[in-house]
Amino acid sequence: MITPQIAMFLILAAVVVAGALSLIVQRHPIHSALSLIVVMVALAGLYLLQGAEFVAAVQIIVYAGAIMVLFIFVIMLLNAGEEERSNVSRLARFVGVPLGIAFLVEVAYWIGRATAHLGTPPEEMVSTRELSSLLFREFVFPFELTSFLILIALLGALVLARREESD
Amino acid sequence: MNEFAAQHPLLVVVLPKVVVLLFVLLTALAYLTWFERKVVAHIQARWGPYRVGPHGLLQPLADGVKFLFKEDVTPAGADKFAYYLAPFLAMSLAITSIAVIPFGPKGLTIFGQETPTGITNLNIGLLILFAITSMGVYGVALAGWSSNSKYPLLGGLRSSAQMISYELALTMSVVGVILMAGTFNLSEIVTSQQGFHWGFVPRWNLIGAPMPQVLGFLLFFTAAVAETNRAPFDLAEAESELVAGFHTEYASFKFAMFFMAEYASMITVSCLATILFFGGWLSPFPQNSLFAWTHYIPAAAFALAGIALFAHGVRYITIFGRVVLPFLGVVLFGLGVLFGLPAVIEFVQGPFWFLLKIAIFLFIYVWVRGTLPRFRYDQLMNFGWKVLLPLSIVNVVITSLAIVLTQP
Repeated sequence: MITPQIAMFLILAAVVVAGALSLIVQRHPIHSALSLIVVMVALAGLYLLQGAEFVAAVQIIVYAGAIMVLFIFVIMLLNAGEEERSNVSRLARFVGVPLGIAFLVEVAYWIGRATAHLGTPPEEMVSTRELSSLLFREFVFPFELTSFLILIALLGALVLARREESD
Repeated sequence: MNEFAAQHPLLVVVLPKVVVLLFVLLTALAYLTWFERKVVAHIQARWGPYRVGPHGLLQPLADGVKFLFKEDVTPAGADKFAYYLAPFLAMSLAITSIAVIPFGPKGLTIFGQETPTGITNLNIGLLILFAITSMGVYGVALAGWSSNSKYPLLGGLRSSAQMISYELALTMSVVGVILMAGTFNLSEIVTSQQGFHWGFVPRWNLIGAPMPQVLGFLLFFTAAVAETNRAPFDLAEAESELVAGFHTEYASFKFAMFFMAEYASMITVSCLATILFFGGWLSPFPQNSLFAWTHYIPAAAFALAGIALFAHGVRYITIFGRVVLPFLGVVLFGLGVLFGLPAVIEFVQGPFWFLLKIAIFLFIYVWVRGTLPRFRYDQLMNFGWKVLLPLSIVNVVITSLAIVLTQP
């Protein structure tokens, strides 16, 4: 039984997977970045399907709109050219590939088990007001702590990037 | 028919609205180029387009035909995929954003189906708008990069750096309005601005309680002009330094698409400024018996414009103009009469005031372009990060303080 919701889910999921594959396969950094944007936008569609409209909008604004613009900006600034295909090393061929496949199968198995009994997605959208009261009342300390972590990372980047004072 | 409409609301109600809005929008885009050329010309003491049709009224049509028939050149060594994608991305995103704009207060009723005036009414309309505008930079950045040419690359780089810098200030500047309205829904933001100070000064957010958003509006409009790559922030296409910036290598209709995208985002920004700070479709006059005559302003404005155009048109220099201009005058007069009819008069109030406010903002856009010189690149960055962003944070803090202090 395929409802419109399941159909939408299948389409968006296919786009996400295709975008992620193309991200790896593409040889030019800009094309990879474009594929990543496709992944981000399709993920926002999946969130919307789950009734999380605020998260979906923020996903596009922050990830597709801001972070990926920075990626593209840096790629353009460095004028990064096409990557060259090199032969797969022996270690990667005989150890890496089987291990990767094994890991993929394991993850797929556990996700499949965990989601064997799917609930139906909510009919109503989660309102921004509810979300904000959750974030700023019940989870205010984890929320503030996360922003603190990001600030620390930012300061670290600043210290690393700062030029030495010449004296 | 009503049953059919109830079963297929998408087909009967939404699709016609999309088609009509698209038609109106594309026509408006075409005539916005005419409007801009005329206004800038008059600012510079020139006449502007005058030859193609009376007062150059057929100039947009001539331009469009010319764009279609030009050779479509793709530069050697261009990245084909990105090169073709960029104009489509720019234009489709710019046009999509108009879908969440509400044009009037009440829903339309088409075949018994209630539907909002505008394509859709979303709870997170404002966020969706920002999401779409934040994607808009890819059109410019990709165009600059994929052309495989130095000037477009510089233009694309400048543009992406500029958009990252000004998007922060743009988003922060409207937080004050969101705090006062308590919602992201654009229609509800407009209805929250109803009412009047002392009975006659409208409580629009610009001068609303508890904290007038004058600062917020100035920040918003400055950041929005930068975000739409318009003068004095048009460094991405600074013709004195970069030939034509990011669209140097584009020809034919792909070039036209970048232009249409730019004008479409001008319209979106004007809509947004009207909705957020100037009461959207709300009339500037109170709705009491003293001001009852203001309901006839739309009808009177159209009728007077029609009469003026008729009187001017019969004495126009060319015979073609002597036919077309009076005809347009009669059409305008007829619309004026139509808008005065009791059945229509209530419905036209909202869209009339809304479109009037948008027109004023579009004029300001052109006026700014005709008046101010272009920023230097380092000035642009300094201004964005050291002036706009701190001021917008100050605006958020002051507004939230005012709201907390005035609430019981």
